[in-house]
Amino acid sequence: MTAAVPRIGVVTFPGSLDDRDALRAVATMGGEPVSLWHAEHDLHGVDAVVLPGGFSYGDYLRAGAIAARAPLLDQVAAFAAVGGSVLGICNGFQILCEAGLLPGALIRNRSLRFICRIVTLRVETAQTAVTRGLTPGETLQMPMKHGEGQWVATPEQLADVEEDGLVVFRYSSGEGIVDDVHNPNGATNNIAGVRNAVGNVVGLMPHPEHAVDPDVGPTGGQALFASLLEAALEGSPA
Amino acid sequence: MIAGETPLHRSLGLEDDEYDSIVATLGRVPNRTELAMYSVMWSEHCSYKSSKIHLKTLPTDGPAVLVGPGQDAGAIDVGDGMAVVFKLESHSHPSAIEPYQGAATGVGGIVRDIISMGARPVALLDPLMFGPLTDERNRWLFEGVVAGIGGYGNCIGVPTVGGEVRFADAHSSNPCVNVMCVGVARADDLVTATALTPQAGSVMVLYGAATGRDGIGGVSILASATLEEDAEVSRPSVQIGDPFAEKLLIEASLELIATGLLEGLQDLGGAGLSCALSESASRAGMGARVDLDAVALREPGLEAFEVLTSESQERMLAIVHPSKLAAVQDVCAKWGLASSVIAELTAGDRLQIRSHDEVVADVPARSLADDGPTYDRPATAPAPPPGDDPTFLPFDGDVTDALVMLLGSPSIASKRWAFEQYDQLVLGNTIVGPGADAAVVRLEGTLKALALSVDGKGRFGRLDPYLGAMHAVAEAARNVAVSGAKPVAITNCLNFGNPERPEVMWQFIESIRGIRDACVALGTPVTGGNVSFYNESGDSAIDPTPVIGMVGLLGDYRLRVPSAFPRGGLAVCLLGETFPELGGSELAEVVLAETGGRPPALDLDREVALQALLLGAANETLLQSAHDCAEGGLAVALAECAIGAGQGFAVALTGDLPPHVAMFSESASRAVVSLARGDEERLRALAADHGVPLARIGETGGPRVVIDGLVDVTVERLADTWEGAIPRLLGAAV
Repeated sequence: MTAAVPRIGVVTFPGSLDDRDALRAVATMGGEPVSLWHAEHDLHGVDAVVLPGGFSYGDYLRAGAIAARAPLLDQVAAFAAVGGSVLGICNGFQILCEAGLLPGALIRNRSLRFICRIVTLRVETAQTAVTRGLTPGETLQMPMKHGEGQWVATPEQLADVEEDGLVVFRYSSGEGIVDDVHNPNGATNNIAGVRNAVGNVVGLMPHPEHAVDPDVGPTGGQALFASLLEAALEGSPA
Repeated sequence: MIAGETPLHRSLGLEDDEYDSIVATLGRVPNRTELAMYSVMWSEHCSYKSSKIHLKTLPTDGPAVLVGPGQDAGAIDVGDGMAVVFKLESHSHPSAIEPYQGAATGVGGIVRDIISMGARPVALLDPLMFGPLTDERNRWLFEGVVAGIGGYGNCIGVPTVGGEVRFADAHSSNPCVNVMCVGVARADDLVTATALTPQAGSVMVLYGAATGRDGIGGVSILASATLEEDAEVSRPSVQIGDPFAEKLLIEASLELIATGLLEGLQDLGGAGLSCALSESASRAGMGARVDLDAVALREPGLEAFEVLTSESQERMLAIVHPSKLAAVQDVCAKWGLASSVIAELTAGDRLQIRSHDEVVADVPARSLADDGPTYDRPATAPAPPPGDDPTFLPFDGDVTDALVMLLGSPSIASKRWAFEQYDQLVLGNTIVGPGADAAVVRLEGTLKALALSVDGKGRFGRLDPYLGAMHAVAEAARNVAVSGAKPVAITNCLNFGNPERPEVMWQFIESIRGIRDACVALGTPVTGGNVSFYNESGDSAIDPTPVIGMVGLLGDYRLRVPSAFPRGGLAVCLLGETFPELGGSELAEVVLAETGGRPPALDLDREVALQALLLGAANETLLQSAHDCAEGGLAVALAECAIGAGQGFAVALTGDLPPHVAMFSESASRAVVSLARGDEERLRALAADHGVPLARIGETGGPRVVIDGLVDVTVERLADTWEGAIPRLLGAAV
């Protein structure tokens, strides 16, 4: 008997840029990539959804603000509400925050400049759809590339996020040391990615889809996609 | 005409004899609208009137060439049914006035050149030249241009994989902003004049952004005249970019091509609709009936000449058979782009343009597009630059200090501050990004990769434009060859001063001769390019700087060779020979402040031999690293090899040159390689076969850079100097 292949949808908004990369990463990791179109009202029965990086609608107004109100986002929210796995990468993370599916907001980097470089992330929890195969404290390498990736929250939100263990990734050194030297964009508490309370919705600024192919860079994204594929098959986040 | 008043044609930039020629063509006096169209189409920027007789002498044929000069971009065959389309262009004058938008729209323009050929843009490279960063205005220009390239390029999903940044006094008033774009297409999908045959009755669909008042006269006012003190008044001639619209334009255009809905495609760039309409019609060998009222406007009340010469960005013009019009408009609507039918192709040659039920222009399309003036401008060799040849001056400095100074010189120092502001990775095929000898970009779905390099040698060009141009070609090819790739073809951007000055014209002609000789020897034909004249203001003209964009091909990217020493215990060899040649070198400029002399010689036979050796050695997997020896000579090349992966080395200098000459001479046709000791004999034999001198100069290992008892410093110290130089000058955190 052959193993079932999970179908992973990747949403293309006008201005999405890393959608092709996310589709390719899904295929590389053994899933079936399914391209989804922002204007439809149909997830085509996919087992998990990826909101990719880019500048949806030009990021005019605020990064992710317009895409968060796109027709397909109603379906994505409903899918998440019943436990479906959703991963937002970079602009996808910004969209999930704007849609209220994840806590916090992303503002301009501390340097006020776009930054493209390889960073190290420390895994903070295995209780999510994309880290279920990982161990807290592990470090992963993958690129980041954004101008508005400084995660911030109100003091109350931040307290909740930290106390409830909603931080999924922090920027760190290769040895897992979290400090300001290893904070590329000024993110509060070095937070690079967060989850919702259930753990089925995760967003992060760095790009796991650009870290699955050893020919073009580090491979820290492989474990995230492997976890997502498993979660998608089982229909449960962790 | 009232006595003393400047006639309209002159204020639009047309010469009197050009005006007479228009009158002769039309058999009457042109109206204002027609005159505006001729002034932009016959501008230096659009018509290449001062350069085209010289450009014709460049070699353009080769087995790999699919499309040569004269199209929006050149194209080469890379096998497997794939074509690579590429072009290099300048956007220097707009960037000098408004650096962010000038650079941003430069990116947008070159990307549309690539999509109008039917190719998906897959890589951008940016050769930039500024004045010294000690000057506040130069910092503003540098920061603005880099932000503009990133702000636009990062939003359109095309990675910026390479480029170079050089600093020289002459660029204080004249920054040079060049942009190269590379695209990939199925060879069958290439949109060229010969591939598509539109018929009379086919319609022209303008899609993308609406047309506004921005960029009017950009090509004639900005690009075809020198910038003077009051340049800020030209700011309204700088276009404003909308990268989101460009991204939609890319996707819509590629979908239109992939679904076979088009008979022709043209980008709107310099000279706007005047150019797109006349070139499309002329290319089809037809005329067109144009309805200007159908052009979507950003604001009401534009006059006909404004609509026709506006350089509003993010627009394309498609030629469509009427039976496919609905399908074309559906694709545009899917991507949220407005589209409108603005013209119909007609038999004959008249470009007849109507607005509000009146004919506002009626001219032969060909006369606008192809029959512009041609000049054989006078050329005179200027006096040789003053100053002594630094090669033979006594040197009593400390070579370690000199090495540190060179590594901290902005032209040599790390450009990470700039590159980090660019998305280098989108599309997922960037194997080697910015900062290496050549960028390496995988051809998706294959083991092949492109190796891409852009190089200009302005300082050599000032001393000898013929040699400077040859060096630019040779170095671009060498950068590709050290990566293990075969150089295939070039594009160029020729950055010069005012061609109406005989000295500049002489520099231009000499440079063309240098490109020609080098390209013939290296077997890399010229598939196109761009001429950027009038890079001068007041008394200050830039050095003659042809920038070469080289495209090379790696048959198997797993055989690529990195530039840095990967580990200790490797043999370090110098390929090629060092001569006493400090003229035009970084040492001469930065340490000795001596700008005279002769640039290094270039023996093209030696260059060809070196590159053949590098390719052969890469294919036999003999090399652990290979790095071009260029600015700063052997010592800087070695230091860069060490900094790249934090790997020290100890070498001895061979030969009997004075140490500072051996270390910093910029003799051509050299490379530093590292290899396993067990491979030395095979490399030696291969070098002998190719007639390339090989000297084993030392070994890698340890945390220090040690040169012959002269230099003994930590790699870390050199790396700090090299990495930190530009951020320190900008007052930015590293």
